[in-house]
Order: sequence, then C-alpha cells, then structure tokens
Amino acid sequence: MLNIENLQASVGDTQILRGINLQVNAGEIHAIMGPNGSGKSTMAQVLAGHEGYDVTGGSASFLGRDLLDMNPEERAREGLFLAFQYPVEIPGVNSTYFLRTGYNEMCKHRGQEELDAMDFLSLVREKLKLVEMDESFLKRSVNEGFSGGEKKRHEVLQMAVLEPRLAVLDETDSGLDIDALRVVANGVNALHSPEKAAIVVTHYQRLLEYIVPDYVHVLYKGRIVRSGGKELALELEEKGYDWVKDEAVGAAV
Amino acid sequence: MTQTAGRTAWYVERFDEFVRSLNGSSSAQLLTQRKEAMDAFVELGFPTARDEEWRYTSLAALLRQDFGVVEKLGEEVLSDVDAWRVPNLQSHVLVFTDGQYQPALSGGASLPEGVRVSNLASLLHEDGEVRDGTSLAPRGKDAFVELNTAFLRDGVHVHVDKGVRVDVPIEVLFIAASPNAAVHPRLSVRVEDGAEATLVERYVSASDHVHLTNSLAEFSLGESAHLDHYRVQDENRAAFHIANLYVREERHSVLRSTCCTLGGRLTRNHVHTHLIGEGVDSTLNGLYLVEGQQHVDNHTLIEHAQPHCQSHEFYKGILADDSTGVFRGQILVHQAAQKTDAYQANRNLLLSDRAEINTKPQLEIYADDVKCSHGATIGQLDEDAIFYLRSRGIGSAAARQVLTRAFAGEVVERIRLEPLRVLLEDSVGKRLEQAIANRA
Ligand SMILES: Nc1ncnc2c1ncn2[C@@H]1O[C@H](COP(=O)(O)OP(=O)(O)OP(=O)(O)O)[C@@H](O)[C@H]1O
Ligand SMILES: [Mg+2]
Repeated sequence: MLNIENLQASVGDTQILRGINLQVNAGEIHAIMGPNGSGKSTMAQVLAGHEGYDVTGGSASFLGRDLLDMNPEERAREGLFLAFQYPVEIPGVNSTYFLRTGYNEMCKHRGQEELDAMDFLSLVREKLKLVEMDESFLKRSVNEGFSGGEKKRHEVLQMAVLEPRLAVLDETDSGLDIDALRVVANGVNALHSPEKAAIVVTHYQRLLEYIVPDYVHVLYKGRIVRSGGKELALELEEKGYDWVKDEAVGAAV
Repeated sequence: MTQTAGRTAWYVERFDEFVRSLNGSSSAQLLTQRKEAMDAFVELGFPTARDEEWRYTSLAALLRQDFGVVEKLGEEVLSDVDAWRVPNLQSHVLVFTDGQYQPALSGGASLPEGVRVSNLASLLHEDGEVRDGTSLAPRGKDAFVELNTAFLRDGVHVHVDKGVRVDVPIEVLFIAASPNAAVHPRLSVRVEDGAEATLVERYVSASDHVHLTNSLAEFSLGESAHLDHYRVQDENRAAFHIANLYVREERHSVLRSTCCTLGGRLTRNHVHTHLIGEGVDSTLNGLYLVEGQQHVDNHTLIEHAQPHCQSHEFYKGILADDSTGVFRGQILVHQAAQKTDAYQANRNLLLSDRAEINTKPQLEIYADDVKCSHGATIGQLDEDAIFYLRSRGIGSAAARQVLTRAFAGEVVERIRLEPLRVLLEDSVGKRLEQAIANRA
C-alpha cells in the first residue's frame, strides 16, 4: 500500500529525514517510536504533503501512485489520513461544516453522492458515538478551545468520517487520560480492516497494548535504525533508547 | 494644491447652475443654508494629504472627475429594482435612482402608527421638519458635509414617536445609474425616547459608470431608544463614495451600527458617535472587503461625554490584490465620562503582499476611572490551517475561501437581521471566491 524508499527531507538547510525505508501493506499496523526530535512528525507531515518540507531525495508510492507527486488534498482523497500531533485551531469554521466539506470531497472523488446537511448529521452522530464525543462539539469552531484530549478525539472522529485507507496517527495518545486512551484506541481498532493500514507514532508502549502493531520501528536522527515485532516496544520501554542510539552510532561509523 | 483650487471653482460653477435649476423651488431659508454651506466649502477647500485626517487617502482621482450636478439625473428610471432589494426582507422601502426618490418603486410593508418615513424633497419646503436632526454634523469643518448641504436634493427623513416599536425594517436603496452623477443624499433619523427602529441603507450601481455618492446621515436617539443600523455599500469599482454619519445618543439609548464596504473605487466612511447621556450602549461593527485597485478608509470617532457608557467597536477588513485601506479609530473620553467601558478592535487580513492597510487607534482619555482596550492586527491566512484543511481533502482554493469567509463571518454573524445576514454571507462568499480564484 505504502512504499517509502530512501526518503530524505529538509527544512531550509537542515536535513531532517536522512533516508527512510518503510513498506506498509494492507491490513498491517506499524508503530513508529523514537526519541524527541528524531523526525517522526516530519515523516508524517511529509507523507501528508506539507509544503514546508523539501523532499530532497528518495521516493514514496501510495496505492501504486507516486505520493510525492500529489498535493495534500489529492493524497487525502486517495485515502491517506494524518491525525496531527498538534491539531490546528480554526476559529470561525464550524466543526460540522468542516467535517462535511471533507467528507463530500471524498464522495466527489469516489464518484459517490454527496450528503446534504441533514443526512450528514445522522452520519456524524453515529461516528461521535465511536469516540464518545458530545454532539455539542459539532457546533463549535474546529478545535477552538478544545482541550488537548478533545482535540485528539476530534482527530479520530475525522478519521471515522473520512474512512481512510491509510491512517497515520501522530501521537494521538499523548495527553490522553486512561479512559480517553481506551476510547481512542477502540476507535482506531474499530476502523481497522484487512483493506486498511495504520502507522501509529507513539512514545508509549501503553497504547500498543490496545492497538497491537505488527511491526515496531525506531526512528533516530532521520533514519529507521531498528525494526521488529511488538516485543521491540517492550524492550524499549525497559531499556530506553540509549542502546539503539549506541548501535546506530556504531553502525554509522 | 492647484488641482484642489481648480476643482473648488468647478464645484462653485456647478452650484450656481444648480441654484438656477432650482428655479425658486427651494425655500428662502434652505437657499441661504445652501449658500452658506457653499461659502464654507470654498473656505475649506478639498482636504489634502497635509490634512492629518486624509493623509493616507488621496482625493486626486476624485478631483480629476467632472462630476456634474444638473444633468438629467434619475432619467434612467428603473422599472425593476428587486435585484437590489435584500431578498426575503419584509421591509418598508424607499428607492432612489441617482438620488431621486422613486415613489412607484417604493413602499412595501406598512409601518405602525407613530412613525413617519418620507423622502426629504417632499419636506424641503416645510422647513421645521428637516431641522430636527440636521444640526449634528458640525458646520464649517468638513468639505463634504458642506457640499452635501449645498447640493442636497433628496434623502430620507424618519421620525419614530416616543415608545413606538417599529418591527418593520426601513430599507433605503440608493441606485446610481447615470455617468458622472454626483449624488448628495441626506438621512435624518430621530428615534424618540423608548422607541425602536431598524434601518438598512444600501448603495449600489446600475451601471459601470463613474459616479459620486456623498452622503450625510444624522441619527438622534432619545432616552432608552434603540436603533439597529446597517449600511451596505456595494457600488461599482469606478465609484467614489464619501459617507458621513453623525449620531447623538441620549441616556440609556442603544445603537448597533454595522458598516459594510464591498464596492467603490474610493470609499471614505466617517462615523462620529456622541454619547451625551449616561448608560449609553453603542456598538460600531465594520467589514470591508476590497480587491483590485480599491481603496477604503474608515474613520471613526466615539466620543464619551457622560459616565457609565459602553462602546464596542469591531472592524474587520480583507484586502486582496493591490487594494489599500485605512482604519483610524478615535476614542475620546471626556473628564466627566467616568466608568467608561470602551473596546476597540481592528483586524485585517491581507490576501496579497501588495495589499496595504494603515491602521491606528487613537485614544484620548481625560477621565481617570475608565476601561479602554484596543487592538489592531494585520495578518495573512494561517498556512497551518490551510494545510490542515487540505489534509482533509479540501482543495487549496477552497481552503483559502473557507478561512477567509470565517474571518469575515465574525462580523457578518453579528448582523441580527437574518435576510441581510444571509445576503451578506452570500455576497461576501461570492466576492471571496472571485478574489481567490483570480489569485490562483
Ligand atoms: N519547520 C521546521 N523548521 C525547523 N526545524 C524543524 C521544522 N520541523 C521540524 N524541525 C526539526 O526537525 C527535527 C525533527 O522534528 P519532528 O517534529 O519530526 O520530531 P519528532 O520525532 O516528531 O519529535 P517529538 O517526539 O518531540 O514529537 C527537530 O529537531 C525539529 O526541531
Ligand atoms: Mg512529533
């Protein structure tokens, strides 16, 4: 589904991604871990098409198409979804309107019929249940004044509405209380299926108890320096990142 | 300077013609007032860049135009004005073409007992009537105010008796039609103690011709009177539009005034609210949306003369292409005006790096126990927000539109008159769609 080869990206003169290789197949869940500043969010943003990053090398294909050749909206319409680490507040833009506009863009792209306000409302009500969010959020401006946890739930709500093929969740667990974590994880699991895939960026093994990954990768200084099964997360939890870093440095020498 | 002087002479000639054309139909008193106004205008001359109040708004282009006054204005009588009415608004409407009242196109919902709405021309010979609001604009201070008095032909007079609540909005529609028309409309409104009214002023063009609107509005609110006022200017891109509004607010009166500028090549809106009683609640909202070569200048002066009043001013502007804007928000709090609560904000969104806005609050406070806050911002669209929307499948142009609309929405949503709010949402949306599509 997603095939990333030697992906390199920079901001200005600073190189951040230094050659990422990653293959994600339908039905798989990949976890990406790694110390702060290692490039996890950058990778997620580059995949979503953020124009603030220059892709300086490598390639990425998504469902057989050149991902890097598509603009952000095309990627989204093709079924790529990014749950932001820091969801953006958009004052004055009503949440329902935002969700519906995105939803209808997907419909247009897929040649399906668009939904009017009433029909969409019944759809979104169902999705709200999944993330246990109150309907009152729909009346508010997108993310404006939402608590950290509410913003994260709202990301999963968007995912539930847009039903992407590949979801990239950037620290969707950060800042969640135990109950919210379970809700968000259940939501993600409920949306998963053999035709879909997810990349879950997290710092915590705890999330991976709920969303069980097929693979765990460690990103360090813009490279995936180690990959393994779900037990790698446990090992990291226990030992920290130092040993991976040491190995990475050793390997680079 | 020479340009200004030359133009002054031109207007003097036009005035002499105008007086001749009146053929004695103007009362002696009014004629004297016209002449006095013309003398004052000659004395003042047109403002120049040396005039602090006009530093960032050049009248050069206006002064190059040969605006006539006695050509056959209003000849192009329009048979159908529905296109310019506020859709679905059940109102009592007065329609003017080139400043001339069109009785056949006016009327609509009937007004309750105790409110008199008439076109000014019908009153201009019965002197007493027109006078009750007219003393608000200071004499000998503003060239355009003087011109308005000198060339005054028609306008609207509203009088709401004590305690009368007028639920039917009064809609005034000025349609400019003829080339080089110079129209000097006057609005005079008196809302007596405890009375309530809603007034909608709209200015549109029926053609692409250059024309000038130089309006003067004077509103006087009695004790505990309420006035909801909306002014929407959507004239063509060749139009020059000068608007002066003077408001006098007595004890516990409530004013909500919204000024929207969408059209015009050059627009100058000057508003002076004078809070002369205690406990007045005065709101000025504004929205300007300009593109191409348009220039818009909003000057407001909120004058607190008595204690315990609150004023709330909220102006937002969107400037695209090479458009330019000025916002000058003056708040004057006299020594007696203790416990004043004044809030002012001016926020601007620039959609191009060539667009410019010059914004300045100007607070003059002589009382010591007051709450005054002000803020001005100038910014571009939030790129993070654009990316966020795009990452949800919303196209780049659509994302810009959504965000720009949201920016304008903060003013539009404060419009209480629903049909007007819907109309503005619609016209603002369309305008932005164009402005953004042109850029992409
Ligand atoms: N727009 C930018 N401008 C400058 N530096 C940037 C920019 N974006 C990312 N960086 C830098 O790139 C590096 C990687 O950042 P990134 O946000 O991808 O890390 P991360 O792995 O997601 O970290 P965290 O775990 O803290 O979320 C950091 O050093 C960061 O400061
Ligand atoms: Mg991150």
